[in-house]
Amino acid sequence: MGKRVGMEVSIAAAEVVGLCDVDVIAAYPITPQTHIVEHLSELVADGHLDAEFVPVESEHSAMSTCVGAAAAGARTFTSTSSQGYALMAEICYIASSLRLPIVMAVANRALSAPISIWNDHADMMMARDTGWIQTVAENGQEVVDLLLHAYRVAEDPRVLLPVMVNLDGFILSHMIEPIYMPDKEEVQRYLPPYKPALRLDPRNPMTFGPVGMPEVYTEAKKAQDEAMKGALPVIVEAWKEFEKHFGRAYHPVETYKTDGAEILLLTMGSVSETAMTAVDKMRAEGKKVGLVHLRLWRPFPAKELVEALQGAKAIVVVDRAMAFSTQSGPVCVEVKAALFDHGISTYVQNFVAGLGGRDVTVEDFEMMVAKTSDGLAKGLPMTYEIVNVRE
Amino acid sequence: MGIAAEALKDFKGFNLKKLPEVEPLSSGHRACQGCGEILALRQVLKALGENVIVASATGCMEIVTSPFPQTAWRVPWIHVAFENAAAVISGVESAYKALNRKGKIDQPDVVFLAYGGDGGTADIGLQALSGALERGHNFIYVCLDNEAYMNTGIQRSSSTPYGAMTTTSPPGKKSIGQRTWKKNVAYIAAAHGIPYVATASPAFALDLMNKVKKAAMIPGPAYVHIFSPCPTGWRHETDLAVEVARLAVLTKIFPLYEVIDGRWILSRKVAKPKPVSEYLKVQRRFRHLTEKDIEDIQRRVDEEYEDLLRRCAMSGGEPEKKEGEEAQGD
Repeated sequence: MGKRVGMEVSIAAAEVVGLCDVDVIAAYPITPQTHIVEHLSELVADGHLDAEFVPVESEHSAMSTCVGAAAAGARTFTSTSSQGYALMAEICYIASSLRLPIVMAVANRALSAPISIWNDHADMMMARDTGWIQTVAENGQEVVDLLLHAYRVAEDPRVLLPVMVNLDGFILSHMIEPIYMPDKEEVQRYLPPYKPALRLDPRNPMTFGPVGMPEVYTEAKKAQDEAMKGALPVIVEAWKEFEKHFGRAYHPVETYKTDGAEILLLTMGSVSETAMTAVDKMRAEGKKVGLVHLRLWRPFPAKELVEALQGAKAIVVVDRAMAFSTQSGPVCVEVKAALFDHGISTYVQNFVAGLGGRDVTVEDFEMMVAKTSDGLAKGLPMTYEIVNVRE
Repeated sequence: MGIAAEALKDFKGFNLKKLPEVEPLSSGHRACQGCGEILALRQVLKALGENVIVASATGCMEIVTSPFPQTAWRVPWIHVAFENAAAVISGVESAYKALNRKGKIDQPDVVFLAYGGDGGTADIGLQALSGALERGHNFIYVCLDNEAYMNTGIQRSSSTPYGAMTTTSPPGKKSIGQRTWKKNVAYIAAAHGIPYVATASPAFALDLMNKVKKAAMIPGPAYVHIFSPCPTGWRHETDLAVEVARLAVLTKIFPLYEVIDGRWILSRKVAKPKPVSEYLKVQRRFRHLTEKDIEDIQRRVDEEYEDLLRRCAMSGGEPEKKEGEEAQGD
């Protein structure tokens, strides 16, 4: 039986990866991801985890090593953040195109310049179009649960895509939280051993990663797109299975006090917990406010999201990264597109908040709701605004 | 006795009269007519046999052997990107180590080969190569050096020799062509203190194949730098790749040697060297060079050869006896 422990979230992430019987871990240190791979290297050094820990010379080689190891049939893990992700991004496209079920934890952090080691979602957004499944954790328990879920989804023969589990750097990664940590048997019951469909094997030689002439490239991308679309029901199914095993339920889109809500906040990541507190406070004041929380970023659960947002008079989308599109942040673009596709023209106001570790407070959410309410009443144009900028 | 010497104590070389019949790299690939590089790669694969996994860098050899849905590879092969063949093979090797140890597979004798051109080795892939050599993975890295980015159309690399014409080092009123001297990656590899480093040439096929076989037998990283003439980029006749490769050795431009456990050993001493002009004049990439330029190159080649002789003398390395090879060379 597993047990409830007080544990730093990074350590908990490493512990659960260790329980997944990984074979190869390749890692390069980058703040604030470091505690995750430090603890994994300790687990290997102490003999608690039988895996190859490959201390590579760069993040680029970390992903390259994971690609080689996964292609050879090993269960692999790596972790990164920010600039490290930027360096490995080239290979992330290839990992998904080769259909390798690599799992990576990303301790989300802002991108330079100016250099910032603190949290926002710029790295996660840079990964948006790489063909990786992306889930987003709200607290430490979810980091543990989503990592388990990640292997189950990635290795499902119907999916075979790499999975990125996002956790807010420092805000989550360095927090000590009460976490229910499963034991090895519980993990094994949920996560079957990895049986690769294809692997680099001299007894059955295959060519991985050949040249794609114009006659085949488009077809390869379509196959990837279909894999991503097909992953959504498998992701949901794996969460339902997770609930059966562990009693905790997850959904692509989650709601909090949305019944009768006229204004809905939409958030991703740990800031959702602050948003819940804000919703509690505003509900207590009689304001009809609710929260929609995105757990799954890729594939984008458009249908589920529209269902959750339907009926609201206004939507407040909180982005944690810049898109420089001059229209809105990256999450809001998707939200607007999903609404438009479903023939819904709800008033959507977009706020970019919490960049580079700036706190997003309950008061900030109150301000966003107030501004949106005002804009809706006055018929102001929908726009985006970077909040709390000191001029 | 060092790791490599220990592994090689019962080494038996290939016999000229009875070469392996196995062809892990099949015919029917798309290499240019007279390509010295594909010839070298074929020799490498013949030496390694079929119990091998190959990681390829982006480059000529990747493009010509793998246009989907065709492949020239009869052994498992993976291409990921330009600069990471050494990191990819690190992963493959680590996976096999872990899976064998954990009893998930029983394949302890697989050989791991990564190869790249000079761009993917001396330039963009140097960091990944250095990392993999330093970490001590049990693999062979082969650099197939055709002295420029030939796959993209003859752009200079740090392995392009001084004075050579490429499309990004064109000779002109203010330029001699390539204005820097060739980066010596074999020396860089040797500086990692790995058990085995060698240079080889497809013109000396037995020597090349024996070196690759040694590299496979030795535990830990091995680096083999192979001189690979490119008729397209070097502007020499398409039937001359082997001749050009031979001239590079006989003019001391590309000496053949091994570094075994840090001991430098000349594979063949060039007792009566030919002048470098004989090598340069068969390639139109050097045709703009003046007598003075050629003298400068000759001086530098002599100095570098002397440096190599000193290294060999200091570590007590003697040229090895080569059976059946004299007919090929000097």
